[in-house]
Amino acid sequence: MPEQNRYELNKNLAQMLKGGVIMDVTTPEQAKIAEAAGAAAVMALERIPADIRAAGGVSRMSDPKMIKGIQDAVSIPVMAKCRIGHFAEAQILQAIEIDYIDESEVLSPADDVFHINKREFNVPFVCGAKDLGEALRRIEEGASMIRTKGEPGTGDIVQAVRHMRLMNQEIARISSLREDELFNRAKELQVSYDLVRYVHDHKKLPVVNFAAGGVATPADAALMMQLGAEGVFVGSGIFKSGNPAKRAAAIVQAVTNYTDAKLIAKLSEDLGEAMVGINEQEIALLMAERGK
Amino acid sequence: MSNAKPQIGVLAVQGAFIEHERILESLGVEVFEIRQLHDLDHHLDGLVLPGGESTVQGKLLRDLGLFEPLRQKIANGLPVLATCAGAILLAEHIAGENKAHFATLPAVIRRNAYGRQLGSFLTENEVAHIGKVPQTFIRAPFFESVGNDVEVLSRTASINTDANATSATKQIVAVKYKNQIALSFHPELNSDTSIHQYFLNLVK
Repeated sequence: MPEQNRYELNKNLAQMLKGGVIMDVTTPEQAKIAEAAGAAAVMALERIPADIRAAGGVSRMSDPKMIKGIQDAVSIPVMAKCRIGHFAEAQILQAIEIDYIDESEVLSPADDVFHINKREFNVPFVCGAKDLGEALRRIEEGASMIRTKGEPGTGDIVQAVRHMRLMNQEIARISSLREDELFNRAKELQVSYDLVRYVHDHKKLPVVNFAAGGVATPADAALMMQLGAEGVFVGSGIFKSGNPAKRAAAIVQAVTNYTDAKLIAKLSEDLGEAMVGINEQEIALLMAERGK
Repeated sequence: MSNAKPQIGVLAVQGAFIEHERILESLGVEVFEIRQLHDLDHHLDGLVLPGGESTVQGKLLRDLGLFEPLRQKIANGLPVLATCAGAILLAEHIAGENKAHFATLPAVIRRNAYGRQLGSFLTENEVAHIGKVPQTFIRAPFFESVGNDVEVLSRTASINTDANATSATKQIVAVKYKNQIALSFHPELNSDTSIHQYFLNLVK
């Protein structure tokens, strides 16, 4: 059983990441480039989503030695991914004192029914969500941070936008319900009344909510922030581009000053080639459909 | 000073700045965010440097041209409340690193001094002039040493590793030096407003 206050402390770490950019890295060298460019945290993984998609096959938790190499290389928080439902991988990541576990649809799911009981862990979890119900179900299971489930490794922002807008609409709708209507809404969303009540009273999720999936440019980051994201994850978008350090630094600044179009125009100049990207209609595997 | 409300700028380049803003607003002061150089055109009675990642904040301060103007204001006596990453920005020396940021506070601070996220903890402890307050430490730093003129406001030991710490082995987690208050922990994450009230007394 986790120690007292652990869940609160884990939500608090996500609060410290707000207004920041979390970057996917595959080597200590990339981690250092990301940190120097202003990453608030890094996600250590063996292959970035675009390459996972290209390689096909079963995709698993990264080698702990590789993750430890990245932990030694930087002073910012280090996150790592485990497969949906694979609590043994999560136990391993906790054993090497990872700062955040992403129970991620980017990897091949290990369980097609059950997610990890995240309440049993001391380390925090971030999970993806396409809508409010999915977000609250993950929070019920113990997630202390939520992100959109934009299609990873595509450089296509359309799904992250769809998820963020849907989440906001559903939150607005719950806020406008009468108190006696909340019980039925809890039943429909398959979550506890307390969580629905929190959303109704506070007009927000009880945890921090980031954008993830398909962010490739400073403009993408600004779009997601203006839609209400509290920070962004950038996966393949940085190290699949022409000039990773410059693009990373530009996205970091765009997240801080996301309403200043003049500044973002300047930041968007001469970034080199963005990741080529693929459209959602062109791909056979929709990772966002993994886990409900 | 006139009867006008004090105007507090909160550095809002990255981190948990909204939490500070809410507490300050509840105490009846006027709050504005500092994200760019032109935000410093605003009248400024006091400054809050929030928690977050100090490497990110330090870089953005420089990229956005905020670094030198803010450093001068702090050096010239602008009241500052700095929490966690903010305290790292103020310290003259960061243990194990060559680089410092504002370097206006004569102290040596160690980053991530209690370890990774598993080392984060919540406790309750005395702070001089204030009394007992909740102290939330998130991947927190502590002060390894402080200059002669720096007042130590609070010492704490990690509840994870030093349950039996004596006053001699507890770490320095809150200090005051002239116009600067620097804390390892996060008063903005709890409902207790006494630290912010103490800071506002410096402002007035």
